[in-house]
Amino acid sequence: MKIVILSGSKVGSKTRTAMDYTEKEVRKQYPDSDIIFIDLADYNIEFSDGRNFLEYEGDTFFVAKHLMDADTIIIGTPIFQASIPGALKNIFDLLPEGAFRDKVISVLVTAGSPKHYLIPSQQLIPILSYMKAEVVKTYVFIEERDFLRKEIINDDVLFRIERLVEDTGVLTKTYAQIRAEKEEAYGF
Amino acid sequence: MIEQHTMEFGLYTLGDNLLPKEGEEIITEQQRLKNILEMAKHAENVGLDIFGVGESHQKLFLASSPQTILATIAGITDKIKLVSTSTVLSPLDPVRVYEDFATLDLLSNGRTEITAGRGSRYGAYKLFGYDLNDYDELFDEKFDLLIKLNEEQPVTWNGKFRSPLDNVEIYPKPLNQKLPIWRAVGENMASAIQAGKVGVPMQLAALYGSSSVFKRRVDAYKNAAEEAGHNVEELPIGVATMMYIDNNSDRAFKEYYSYLNNTFNQVRGVDFPKQHYAQARDVKNAIMVGNPEEIAEKILYQYKLFGHQRFIAQIDHSNIPHEKVMEMIDLFANDVIPIVQKAIGEKINRKKR
Repeated sequence: MKIVILSGSKVGSKTRTAMDYTEKEVRKQYPDSDIIFIDLADYNIEFSDGRNFLEYEGDTFFVAKHLMDADTIIIGTPIFQASIPGALKNIFDLLPEGAFRDKVISVLVTAGSPKHYLIPSQQLIPILSYMKAEVVKTYVFIEERDFLRKEIINDDVLFRIERLVEDTGVLTKTYAQIRAEKEEAYGF
Repeated sequence: MIEQHTMEFGLYTLGDNLLPKEGEEIITEQQRLKNILEMAKHAENVGLDIFGVGESHQKLFLASSPQTILATIAGITDKIKLVSTSTVLSPLDPVRVYEDFATLDLLSNGRTEITAGRGSRYGAYKLFGYDLNDYDELFDEKFDLLIKLNEEQPVTWNGKFRSPLDNVEIYPKPLNQKLPIWRAVGENMASAIQAGKVGVPMQLAALYGSSSVFKRRVDAYKNAAEEAGHNVEELPIGVATMMYIDNNSDRAFKEYYSYLNNTFNQVRGVDFPKQHYAQARDVKNAIMVGNPEEIAEKILYQYKLFGHQRFIAQIDHSNIPHEKVMEMIDLFANDVIPIVQKAIGEKINRKKR
């Protein structure tokens, strides 16, 4: 199982912190998987100009290629101005239309206000669905008060991360199995 | 005036030369080019009407100079039309393109046509120093100049991406003073509308998915042409697609998936979804795979939708073995085309080998 943990922001520390916890959990639950952590803050990604992702170079190609090769992607995103960051949207724009076909994607959100709770389901999940991802239905929503000095201080959030990681792995395996049976039946 | 029930049949190649899969032998660039020449020669021998060569400027493709390949084909054939499928006009100089094709037209005794498009790959833009952000503007300007050069000379022209032309004549002139110039249309509806507006024939790529979806592009093209005051009856439409034929329908269907998927994998970096491919068995699906009768049915189904005058197929993609390609040329000419011709009431006596 190839897992990409994607921290989808250039600024701030909360999403990164949440994704660090997530990475630890992923490594604990799926130690034999091929795991890579990509924090967009560490990369210089070009804006999408419409070319195929294979034709980018450097960091842009590196990130796009890892996402395309993944079986599973766990996306962490903050909420900026009542939406996902432009940096994260640009990642989606770099990839082809059906880029997430046969991939399981789950989502963690960090937000300054509980009023943002529905933003992922209104603005992020539709993008993932359009790109053909199998999206894990529940997402982990983490508020500012759950953090203190780059640590998560709410145990319940940690339990939710644990469950999200478990659900993500279970769904990846389940879909892979169903798909293998279906493709076997096609006979080509 | 185009006869309602005429259809031209042909082949085209993009000159792709993919990395060999496990167990496949490496085809050298030179061998691949020789294979293309052999294909073209054989296409003429079995009486096909058209041979096209596409243009790409990046790895996995070797046809960066289709004019040169077409010129060589001109020397070994007598009747078959030589078409670019397509010329990636945006990063090129239309004057140079026109010089090349006018020369080719004289050498081939008037068999040359240009199909110009914007290209679906980035390589040419990067190589020649153009910005993808100018994608639309670049093409519109250069296509405008190409059409002007064809319509009347001397030409006086001014644009953004090329130095102006002041009362300029281009030499040589094509055999009949003008070249047929088509516009290549892919997934972009705007290209179809633009082709109609300008009033040039449309070469439509209809590779996969539901054939009825492509009808929308055909309708948009015709509407735009009509609105711009062109006579739609005089504007031919061509359909271009990938094709795989075998006498055994199941074998065709089974064998072709790995080729199709390989192309998608290597060129686009994605898999071709098996679920979508499974639907290729339906006559209403555009993927041209099957036995000769099934292929003929699909062409006829599209003919009902589009009323097109030209059908060209790519049968040498994804490292399909050369022997298989040559076999498919025979099947296409001898077993597919007669069914289609008969069905559309055409009585062309195709010259048998």
